[in-house]
Amino acid sequence: MQFFLEVLLGGLLSGIMYSLVALGFVLIYKASGVFNFAQGAMVFFAALTAVGLHDMGLSLWLAVPLTMAIMIVLAVAIEKIVLRPLVNQAEITLFMVTIGLTFFIEGLAQAIWGASVRKLELGIEDVPLEFLLDNAGIAISQFDLVAAGIAFVLVAALAIFFSKTKVGRALRAVADDHQAALSIGIPLQQIWVIVWGVAGFVALVAGLLWGARNGVQFALTFVALKALPVLILGGFTSVPGAIVGGLIIGASEKLAEVFLGPYVGGGIEGWFPYVLALLFLLVRPEGLFGEKIIRRI
Amino acid sequence: MNTQTSSATAKAFLNVNNVEVIYDHVILVLKGVSLEVQEGKIVAILGANGAGKSTTLKSISTLLRGERGDVTKGSVEFRGERVDQLSPNDLVKRGMVQVMEGRHCFGHLTVEENLLTGAYTRNISRGDLKLSLEKVYDYFPRLKTRRSSLAGYTSGGEQQMTAIGRALMAKPTMILLDEPSMGLAPQIVEEIFEIVRDLNQREKVSFLLAEQNTTVALRYADFGYILENGRVVMEGDAKELASNEDVKEFYLGISSGGRKSFRDVKHYRRRKRWLA
Repeated sequence: MQFFLEVLLGGLLSGIMYSLVALGFVLIYKASGVFNFAQGAMVFFAALTAVGLHDMGLSLWLAVPLTMAIMIVLAVAIEKIVLRPLVNQAEITLFMVTIGLTFFIEGLAQAIWGASVRKLELGIEDVPLEFLLDNAGIAISQFDLVAAGIAFVLVAALAIFFSKTKVGRALRAVADDHQAALSIGIPLQQIWVIVWGVAGFVALVAGLLWGARNGVQFALTFVALKALPVLILGGFTSVPGAIVGGLIIGASEKLAEVFLGPYVGGGIEGWFPYVLALLFLLVRPEGLFGEKIIRRI
Repeated sequence: MNTQTSSATAKAFLNVNNVEVIYDHVILVLKGVSLEVQEGKIVAILGANGAGKSTTLKSISTLLRGERGDVTKGSVEFRGERVDQLSPNDLVKRGMVQVMEGRHCFGHLTVEENLLTGAYTRNISRGDLKLSLEKVYDYFPRLKTRRSSLAGYTSGGEQQMTAIGRALMAKPTMILLDEPSMGLAPQIVEEIFEIVRDLNQREKVSFLLAEQNTTVALRYADFGYILENGRVVMEGDAKELASNEDVKEFYLGISSGGRKSFRDVKHYRRRKRWLA
């Protein structure tokens, strides 16, 4: 039982790390109906930039805000150069564009900072909490808990932002109907810059946490692929969905690996989430929390 | 010829001057449309499907650009200033809002959130926002009862009200209303036009509306233009138009002497206005 709990909690906490990446996708999808394939590249770019600046001698307190500023510049550039000329194009066109962006951002990051693996020290140790280990006999990493805390704060802030603020409402309005949003004077360009900026911020947070755990390297971009089943489970348009989806994926893949793995020779952690997502698509294609497709007949 | 044009050609509230619109660089939709709206009036653009009513409205609100349409000739002046190069955002700030054909509510936002987004361009305090909201609910009491339902789940009439209410939240002086009667029961159409008249009289909002439902539109409008194949073929006071024999026959479905063959139908093709 204790072992089960430990696996479960470990899974849930690593799931939160997936949620962080999935959040970035949700934000952009919600506000512009674009599936931003480049989110993984943005995570990589943000982490690499922060580490690069840190390695140049800046303190983390300086490197991180500076990276955020760079992410905002990136958002403005993407809107001006890529999105603006493509207003009102088909969704698939925009999706293809984000694939192109992926390669560009990955290349840019490596051209500036090189391709070597860098180590990131956030000052949070990845060791089991002694308190829990002594009292309950469960090994839970301190780092995971901090990551969970950060994710929680981020999600709470985003939820309030989307439901209570003027800009948040406008973002949802734009996601719903571009034309109508234009007709009441919501400037799309401004909205897109904001949303890509926020997605850049989320990418930065995710990149720092993942980078601190696995090292800042090209493999960070693959984290984005793990976000896909999370999104399918949680729904592409829901911030809470991204969190719950992440938790489910994280927990189920770890549990499956530990308890089902031995029967099939192990190594199922890698593909189990995708199978789960596939099954889920059959039952509830809009995801757990996704916006229902409203159609008047 | 008529009071509207002759009295104040120089100082119309909204002045559309010989506008030509081409979609996708090849499809000529408007072939030089000129019209004007005097302050505080309700003006109707009438005509059949594809006559260019919606295009005219969109060329005024500059929403056309998003649909691969270009205004290739002519100009639009609002309160004495050229506005055809502005963005929709600027136009809304200057007091002109379009309510699009087919309502276009934000389906996943509640009715109240829909209304609130309408005030996006205004930088006002929470209190003032609430006041504006109450005012809209005053005109549309039905919306108040449905304030927290998702707009996508409300009825067609309620959606039309939401769309108009949302436009009102921007505190406009001029509303471009595209096909408000579309897909609505006659009773609801009446209700909506009553509110339009009310807004016009009490809030001094000028309206330019495009309608296929000629009967109702002419009953509520002060002035009307009839569009055919991208040209204004007839214009006049609403009452005059409503009693005009040709209008009666083609648009109101009232004919004077029995049934007629379509071969004998007279087309208004030649008449143009050359103001530019």
